[in-house]
Amino acid sequence: MSTEELKEKEVCADSCNNSGGFIILFFILGFVASLISGWIVFPKLLYSQKRQPIDFSHASHMELVDEGCESCHFFREDGTYAGVPKLAQCVDCHEEVQGESPDEEIFVNEYVAKEREVPWLIYSKQPDCVFFSHTAHVKKGGMDCETCHGSIGESESLKPYEANRITGYSRDIWGKNISGLKKHTWDRMKMDDCSECHVENGVHQSSVQTGKGACFMCHK
Amino acid sequence: MKIDRRSFLSFVVGGAAGTALTPLPWKLTDDLSIWTQMWPWTPVPADGEITYENSACSLCPGGCGISVRKVGDRAVKIEGMKGHPVNDGAACILGLAGLQLLYSPARVTSPMKKEDGKWKKVSWDEAVEEITEKLSELRTEGKSQTMACIAGTDQGTVPRLLRRFLTAYGSPNFMTVPSARDAHALTLKQMQGIDASLGFDAENADFVLSFGSGLVEGWGSPVSMFRANSAWQDKKAKLIQIEPSLSKTGAKADQWIAIKPGTETAFALGLANMLITMSLHSKDFVENNSEGFEGFKKLVSESYTPAKVKKITGVDEKTLKMLAKSIGKALTPVAVCGKGQGKTPGSLNEFAAVHALNALMGNINQKGGVWAVSETDYIGWEEPELDEIAQKGMAAPRTDGAGTEAYPNAKSLPTRLPAVINAAETSPVEVLLISGENPCYTLPGTAAVKKAFDKIPLKISFSSYMDESAAAADFILPNHTCFERYEDVPASADPAKSVITLSKPVTEPLHDTKHTGDVVLMMAKALGGKVAEAFPWDSYQACLEETMGDKWETLTEEGFAASDITAESLVSGKFKFFDKEYKAVAIEGDEKKYPLIIIPYDSMRLASGFIGNPPFLTKTAPDTVLRGNDIVVQINPETARSRFLFLNDGDNAFLSTPLGKAKVRVHLFEGIAPGVVAMPRGLGHTAYDDYLAGKGANVNDIVGPVEDPESGLDAAWGIRARLINVPV
Repeated sequence: MSTEELKEKEVCADSCNNSGGFIILFFILGFVASLISGWIVFPKLLYSQKRQPIDFSHASHMELVDEGCESCHFFREDGTYAGVPKLAQCVDCHEEVQGESPDEEIFVNEYVAKEREVPWLIYSKQPDCVFFSHTAHVKKGGMDCETCHGSIGESESLKPYEANRITGYSRDIWGKNISGLKKHTWDRMKMDDCSECHVENGVHQSSVQTGKGACFMCHK
Repeated sequence: MKIDRRSFLSFVVGGAAGTALTPLPWKLTDDLSIWTQMWPWTPVPADGEITYENSACSLCPGGCGISVRKVGDRAVKIEGMKGHPVNDGAACILGLAGLQLLYSPARVTSPMKKEDGKWKKVSWDEAVEEITEKLSELRTEGKSQTMACIAGTDQGTVPRLLRRFLTAYGSPNFMTVPSARDAHALTLKQMQGIDASLGFDAENADFVLSFGSGLVEGWGSPVSMFRANSAWQDKKAKLIQIEPSLSKTGAKADQWIAIKPGTETAFALGLANMLITMSLHSKDFVENNSEGFEGFKKLVSESYTPAKVKKITGVDEKTLKMLAKSIGKALTPVAVCGKGQGKTPGSLNEFAAVHALNALMGNINQKGGVWAVSETDYIGWEEPELDEIAQKGMAAPRTDGAGTEAYPNAKSLPTRLPAVINAAETSPVEVLLISGENPCYTLPGTAAVKKAFDKIPLKISFSSYMDESAAAADFILPNHTCFERYEDVPASADPAKSVITLSKPVTEPLHDTKHTGDVVLMMAKALGGKVAEAFPWDSYQACLEETMGDKWETLTEEGFAASDITAESLVSGKFKFFDKEYKAVAIEGDEKKYPLIIIPYDSMRLASGFIGNPPFLTKTAPDTVLRGNDIVVQINPETARSRFLFLNDGDNAFLSTPLGKAKVRVHLFEGIAPGVVAMPRGLGHTAYDDYLAGKGANVNDIVGPVEDPESGLDAAWGIRARLINVPV
């Protein structure tokens, strides 16, 4: 072997030794970058943020009503749930501007006066394949609104509505925590959260295939 | 530092390992599955409060009450109104599909004007101004009678406003498209000398002899007739269908008597002869309520002997005898006529012969029989005061010849109009208003109708939809659909029920449309003078409320106002039997050149009138009616094998008549006589939308009108034709 060839081999050995360090470095770089993108960047990209058309304080309304949530979010005579209040209900009090809130002014001038419904964005809207009856849960099951909806009744303003860019549904279904972990029953509204409670309470655990809740309880 | 392949791979592996420890893959999988199961472009029905609005269905003259189910503001379903005297909670298939017309892409969304063959949106004020300018001009020139109107009906406030508009303007040319109802009224006039509508006490009849009437295929008030048919089944009443082909009604009847097409009159008179010979007729009626019986007896006993009847109709003596015996045994036998849905009037002789049968059965104005119901008019407007121009115009003879010396009893003959216009050098009609009717599709001989249309300088359509006549018009002033407007809807198809139902908007108007009643008021006001004075109302709504008077409260609360038919509302007139031999109405076409006979037939699954089929309805048409985009005609297997034809079921062929040619497919069916071709009405639209246009052929393209010598009404029951193999 010539001296030149030996030199080359040394260079190679050096660089090869160095490249071992680089490999680990790049592994760590890739690892950290993906963790950052997966935990921080991805959720930001996945959800778009929208503001509600006007702000609304549940807290201040709760002080004025007698029957809690059901004062506005009521059940109709046929048992169906009315959901988000329509203009007709608000008009009783808000025919004219009551307070000093700029949002109320917008509400009265832009919606009440023009007889336009407010296009509220509904945080808890389930995908169309899900059948959910409020009556069955609240009236028959005796559940509180908080169990699923949390303490929204105490909120002073409406949080931004985060829409999933792929599915179009609200972030509240998957839950704020991107890992899918929850502390409270109201943190998530996915199928597993429904079935958790159904299993616990033995609600129609009668499926022949799974021995658990029948699929068509919710997927009609 | 040198970044090589290995370090890059290590970066990727690190990335993959890190990604696995983030929620990204699981979350993306979840989102993608939700996305693919619920494509964002799939429409999702809106949620909301469920309410019901009572209204009237005016998609046919049946006059049913409907209850429209709404979710929030969206109308989602039509159901029958419970407790309504016509349909009591039931609805027909067209009514059920009706909401597709409200949300149809064929809707005309704003007033339109045709400029150089292209539609241009205009404002209501512009449109009305331009039209009334032209109308004023005609009046000043003393040509007010050149304005004509073709309306779907003459009953109800809107058609009457149109008629009043023509009268005040100075034109006698208000026309409605005649149906079997008009032929019935003429029969009563001719045989009993009375002005009345002919009703049929279906519920109480126990033996029904139907001369080709599609009693379960939309004849009369369809839902009411379905209910009557069910009642007949329950109480074991008999239904006998006399028809050349095995229709749905024939299939459901207790007996189907297949006769040669167009020979119903001879059959009825042959049966009359049999009843008289066997002394099974009502002597009481003949003696006390009729005249000319001996002459009639002589006529039928000489000219309609069983042997002669067999030769003409193909029905043997035994069948006639059995039938006469059954009639003799029945408590409340009745005979009805008006072919198919009764949309075409037919020969007056046939109606007279059938009415004579009813007289012999002694059931006129009796329970379970036929009733001559007086034409009560709830619209008590005073006659408008006419100015000089209007008086002169009203004195002019009608363009269609109705009421003139040749057709003294006819009210309106629009089927004659195309020929009159085409024969003239310049059109005797300069302005044509079209409301609730689609003459370019529904009048027989559409080629002549379209030619006449082209000669009329100004055509104004009030249609809510882009139908054939709207497409051929110069202006469209779109009306609200019946789901968006207030209107009185009389149950005109069933005079035995005196019901007015209130059509109420179930939703706000979806487009820039206007109530035709309001447009008439706008036009009258713009013309000024006595024409404006004839319309003292501020709006159609005010006119409707004032016209309905005491009934308005009942209408708004109950949804309908019904009054019982009592003995006082029935008109009697001495029955005059005829003694002249009738002449059969000959259909068009030379027998040698056209060996076959087409008979059009009606179906509940095809709307053949002013309203075109909504898509749901078309979907229900079986492949013996519509296969792909081809119309299917029924022929006997013998026809398919004869006359150098070699047709198998489903084969393509051309059906040719003196009027034109249509591409069809054939269905081989034993239930139709050899030599006869049954062709469904209601296909072959060229306008509307992609769901309806280009499907099959229109019967009226290849069948023309045949004038009844007695009445001037269209008496065509078919046309001669031939089938030609499609060259392979």
